Amino acid sequence: MGIHATEVTADAGRGRTADSEDAPLLQVKNLQVEFRTRDGVAKAVNGVNYSVRAGETLAILGESGSGKSVSSQAVMGILDSPPGFVTGGEIVFKGEDLLKLSSEKRRKIRGTQMAMIFQDALSSLNPVHTVGTQLGEMFRVHRGTSKSEAKKKAVELMERVGIPAAKERVNQYPHQFSGGMRQRIMIAMALALEPDLIIADEPTTALDVTVQAQVMELLADLQAEYNMGLILITHDLGVVADVADKIAVMYAGRIVETAPVHELYKRPAHPYTRGLLDSIPRLDQKGQELYAIKGLPPNLLRIPSGCAFNPRCPMAQEICRTEIPPLHAVTEADGAPIQGRGSACHFWKETIHG
Amino acid sequence: MPDQQPDKPNGVPDDANTELSSAFPQTPTLGAMEVEGMLEKEDLTHAPEVSTEAVGVADREVPRSLWQDAWRELRRNPIFIISGILIIFLVIVAIFPGLFDSTSPLQCDLSKSQQGPTSGHPFGFDTQGCDVYARTIYGARASITVGVFATLGTALLGTLLGGLAGFFGGWLDAVVSRIADIFFGIPILLGGLVFLSVIPSRSIWIVVAFIVVLGWPQLARIARGAVITARQQDYVTAARALGAGNSRLMLRHILPNSLAPIIVVATIALGTYISLEATLSYLGVGLKPPTVSWGIDISAAADTFRNAPHMLLFPAGALCITILAFIMLGDAVRDALDPKLR
Repeated sequence: MGIHATEVTADAGRGRTADSEDAPLLQVKNLQVEFRTRDGVAKAVNGVNYSVRAGETLAILGESGSGKSVSSQAVMGILDSPPGFVTGGEIVFKGEDLLKLSSEKRRKIRGTQMAMIFQDALSSLNPVHTVGTQLGEMFRVHRGTSKSEAKKKAVELMERVGIPAAKERVNQYPHQFSGGMRQRIMIAMALALEPDLIIADEPTTALDVTVQAQVMELLADLQAEYNMGLILITHDLGVVADVADKIAVMYAGRIVETAPVHELYKRPAHPYTRGLLDSIPRLDQKGQELYAIKGLPPNLLRIPSGCAFNPRCPMAQEICRTEIPPLHAVTEADGAPIQGRGSACHFWKETIHG
Repeated sequence: MPDQQPDKPNGVPDDANTELSSAFPQTPTLGAMEVEGMLEKEDLTHAPEVSTEAVGVADREVPRSLWQDAWRELRRNPIFIISGILIIFLVIVAIFPGLFDSTSPLQCDLSKSQQGPTSGHPFGFDTQGCDVYARTIYGARASITVGVFATLGTALLGTLLGGLAGFFGGWLDAVVSRIADIFFGIPILLGGLVFLSVIPSRSIWIVVAFIVVLGWPQLARIARGAVITARQQDYVTAARALGAGNSRLMLRHILPNSLAPIIVVATIALGTYISLEATLSYLGVGLKPPTVSWGIDISAAADTFRNAPHMLLFPAGALCITILAFIMLGDAVRDALDPKLR
């Protein structure tokens, strides 16, 4: 099944011919992760492929339990093991398969070359240390900077992410900051050593809407400034639209659709994506009942046979219950290829064109 | 700021302080920020050469660590000061009992058996006719030594083993937890009767070691639970995602966040250990005369409480004050380690 999926990767359309000079920063190939629990083996990620280039933003979209966070934890190497195990695939970062490195080498990559931003910044900052100490720790641990130098850098970073009165606030504790400020501090920590890749796991979910926009804007600015690759994990279609270059939609541990961001919004090629887009409230639908995808996400211990989405899919046919659809390259109605588009649906043509 | 004047060079105007305070932007944060600002002012007056425009710069180049912040907090906590004074006093009594009493706890006169307080003997006499005041003063050494060192020993051993078990889990956890269960299963008095009775000369340190060996599982369980809770927190995952190694995770991120329950249980255990020494001594397997301890006296006095309550009240009172002082100390330290309570 995973073999099919490798046929088209998230950046398929960008051309494999140019990959010698334009090699992706991160390439995830056929990644498989499972959780061995008492009730059985939960296959959280089943052959995921994607790639990110420097300066590029990939949004991974999916509902809870779709495997989007787990796959990024596997990339970072912070999967709780046991129960989580990477059972197959490759994670190629700057030409090196991370899964073949020793845990000590992987630890040294974390923080310096790739870093992660978490959803809830309050619980992601240690409550007993001042933010200055925690920011400075990045320099002290990875660069061996002196305490006073580290503090100076902490202040600079706080100013860089737009925290007012940084010099006074550097000695304060996380609980003394507002939610948006805390997320800025998390971003500052992740960016401290100017990593090449940032994974942001729902960075704005815990924030209110006005602050969400500010934080996303900050993240996009910093990404452009440092030319970093960014993987944005989210379930919020609104957050993605402005920031991402391309989107990978995940369902039950697989990527079901990949597309450049505006293509995806304009004409989804997978019934699940279409369902997601239709369930966004719109002003012109005032008074009508809001569309919802019927049913629940599958239990990862018992993923439906065939296409995992078939029990909820309005277009499901017999073939959907028996055969797992590979990620088809999506083309225009006349057969002309569309850059970077793929859909793991037997009926992608009908979905996008008809 | 008493030493403000002599430090001040001529160039600095007298109203430097008002300028300083106005240079601090009004931040919306509560109490802590104001305190912070005030301290900064104080520091600046000690170093007046800092130019006014640099006033906003925190003058501490090196950030304070968690422990420095906690210490700063403790010094201003009246509970810490009271308990600290009490504990220093008790320790002095334990080390130099002669300073507080000119008689000997072992000079006894049976004709004065169980007599109440009289002048010169404010606490009265016990059944053997010994001076209760002298015995209370001289008993401090054995009781406090047993209490403090047994607590330190159990807390260190229990935190170490329980913490490692909780952090690494797996087989290490299984082994440590089962060993802890075995020791937990030994009734402490039965264990005392079996093990201590075969040791002919029992010093204070033998009793301390015995309590540590049988007492650590209690602390290990608490530490293990606290570490497992802290280990699952997002900030530990976040620190790992930013490249922190195991030792850093344990010492800087998990340990400070799991100390509170350990401190609480350990300070309460301190009192238990002092009375445990008493029980062991009463059973004849603890300390032996001529060693004097509050425990021995409390056990002896309990039998005659209705006839001569003073024999019980004074050593028991001393014990209560000691336990109270340590519990207050533990409370203050625990609060100081939690920045949210500052």
